[in-house]
Amino acid sequence: MASDLPPFDPATAAILMLKHGHSGWLGMEYVAHGTDWVELALPWREDLVGETGSGILATGPIVSLMDMASGMAIWTTTRKFRAVATLDLRVDYMRPARKGAAVNGRSECYRLTRSAAFVRGLAHDGDPDDPVAHVAGVFMSIGERAR
Amino acid sequence: MSDADLLAACERDLPAYARSLGIAIDSIEEGSPVLVLPFGKIVEGRPTVFHGGATSGLLENAGYGALRAELAREERQQRLKPINVTVQFLSAAKSRPTYARGRVLRLGRRNANIEVEAWQSDRARPVATAVMNVLMASPEEDGAG
Repeated sequence: MASDLPPFDPATAAILMLKHGHSGWLGMEYVAHGTDWVELALPWREDLVGETGSGILATGPIVSLMDMASGMAIWTTTRKFRAVATLDLRVDYMRPARKGAAVNGRSECYRLTRSAAFVRGLAHDGDPDDPVAHVAGVFMSIGERAR
Repeated sequence: MSDADLLAACERDLPAYARSLGIAIDSIEEGSPVLVLPFGKIVEGRPTVFHGGATSGLLENAGYGALRAELAREERQQRLKPINVTVQFLSAAKSRPTYARGRVLRLGRRNANIEVEAWQSDRARPVATAVMNVLMASPEEDGAG
């Protein structure tokens, strides 16, 4: 029974969740979390740059990072894992990340309804006060009816 | 430029990230490249479903492809800088290839607005769409526009 499970802990869940699939390929790492937010990191890698020779991470992996951090922020807030689907995600790019820099993504779940979760966050390359990108999104829970 | 030449140019312009993700140019349609991303472990989110981030990467690259093709037709050489992207996820992209094609809705001197659609087996039922705003900097002026 789901109710017997311990509350969702992003630090522990990250060990498994970030090892496989797309997140595993990108090499995402857990950084920190609070009651309603999660921060992950995306280490720099030559084959993830957006413009050959620029040394700057492409925007695609940053969207993946924010999507993953947002999902984990939702499960951290609800204290349990349930399948969610991204409804929409908006990313505003403030500036390029620094050459060779890892990018951190922090997302918070600021509002939960029965079926929707609203998130906002930012990506930074060392200083959260000088972000690389701002993000806003909405997620929907899925598969509830079948259970 | 012929479609074959444009396809070759689009292949050449794919960034390292797009190549490592597995994105390729499928064809040229009405002057814009159709990009394809095969399903595999490295794009997987939930089991058997594309990760939203991988789909977004495909959409963004299709948007840039459409814009570069448009700029090439106007013989303009400008550096592209992302302003923003909004992705709408319409249905789960399953374990088969996903295609995407962009359309430049407005091409200004300094910025462009691009609409992108991604689909799988049924073209009439897109799995995701995106709207992108892109800044275009002239080679000489490289600061924020």
